[in-house]
Amino acid sequence: MKYIREDKGMTLIVKSVTRLTLGFILLYGIYITLNGHAGPGGGFAGGVIVALSFVHIMLAFGKEVALKRLRAWLLRVSIGIAALIFLYVAVIRSSFVSCPVFSTEVIIPLCEMVIVGGGLFAIFIALVLLSKGDKDAE
Amino acid sequence: MTVYILCLILFSIGLYCVVRKRNLIKIIIGIGIMDYAVNLFFVLIGYREGGRSPIFASDQVIDKMVDPLPQSLVLTSIVIGLAITLLLVAIAIRIYEKYGTFDITKINKLKG
Amino acid sequence: MVEIHLLILFMIAAAVIAVQAKDLLSSVIAIGAVGIGLSMVFLALKAPDLAIMQLVVEILSLIILIRATIRKDLPFSVSGRWFFNTSSVVLFLIVFLTAANLALKKTSSFGSPAMGTANIYIEGAKSLKVANVVASITLHFRALDTLGEVTILFTTIVGVLAIARKVGHEKADRS
Repeated sequence: MKYIREDKGMTLIVKSVTRLTLGFILLYGIYITLNGHAGPGGGFAGGVIVALSFVHIMLAFGKEVALKRLRAWLLRVSIGIAALIFLYVAVIRSSFVSCPVFSTEVIIPLCEMVIVGGGLFAIFIALVLLSKGDKDAE
Repeated sequence: MTVYILCLILFSIGLYCVVRKRNLIKIIIGIGIMDYAVNLFFVLIGYREGGRSPIFASDQVIDKMVDPLPQSLVLTSIVIGLAITLLLVAIAIRIYEKYGTFDITKINKLKG
Repeated sequence: MVEIHLLILFMIAAAVIAVQAKDLLSSVIAIGAVGIGLSMVFLALKAPDLAIMQLVVEILSLIILIRATIRKDLPFSVSGRWFFNTSSVVLFLIVFLTAANLALKKTSSFGSPAMGTANIYIEGAKSLKVANVVASITLHFRALDTLGEVTILFTTIVGVLAIARKVGHEKADRS
């Protein structure tokens, strides 16, 4: 709420609508991920939707607020943990069979969603900062 | 068969754009169009007349499915297309920062 | 079948606009129209997984292309080396259409696919009690494909971050 009064980013209408719809976009991404075995969807599409919700914050509020909400070390740590879980499922898979929460249908799309979402948001930040630096150099 | 020929026309447009145009962003767009055409061709091969989508349902009336294997391959191919686009855009922005232009012939001239 | 023809014709028209437009921004938006048309074609071809995937990926690549082309609107000239470019286009098109003609003779006709391997996958998905056959193929039978997909994405992330690195600046303001 206090971010709205700042001058960075787009107009007041865009900021209010972003604040209302942000949670629903995130929830829809998680739904697409977990629904991949019963209907259309999957890990990659859900991950891209999650990344698009962060991109949405960044386009509406500006760079600082988005980076304040999602720190860089958090991104790196979550991607690393997801990749390690991938490796764990691949190597020691038999211990997961008993627990239904950690079955293959749930854990692989979730890890893929985290990796894809964090990675694409990192790429977007890198490209935007690259073109900003370009503008400053001119 | 006409659908295949339309798909070939789409691929030819992308090939023309890649070979003929001189702007870097236009070349990225041409690669994207070729990517779309190849994905479309794969899915067109697996289509069955009057089939249904490859999802089991409890009350299935039609028994025949569309071929699910090309769809599963194209799912990977779309990801590769996105990766190619991202990497090319990063290289293009870097080239613009270095040379100040997107024109490939001017980049050649400035190098010597 | 009429709607698939109409949608592919729409895609071809949007692709011609994207290739021939003078303005870079309108060209990028026309490529977005091609991608969303492709998503609708996937939906008409009974592939809802691919339709969702194509729509989402198209939005992301459109945002990034607009970020790349905005404020860099250049005049677009086609002068110079006209003969070489056109002859190379003709040469490439001849090679490609010859190969495509040879390939189209071997493919089965539209609407009746040769489901050789696919029947095995469908039976396997039925025995595993997974509703979505495409998700069953990508996660159970061809899980190495998914691993390759994530590997490609990881390589892209590392590559883009390495290209976008500022040499000689402090790295405090970067992720």
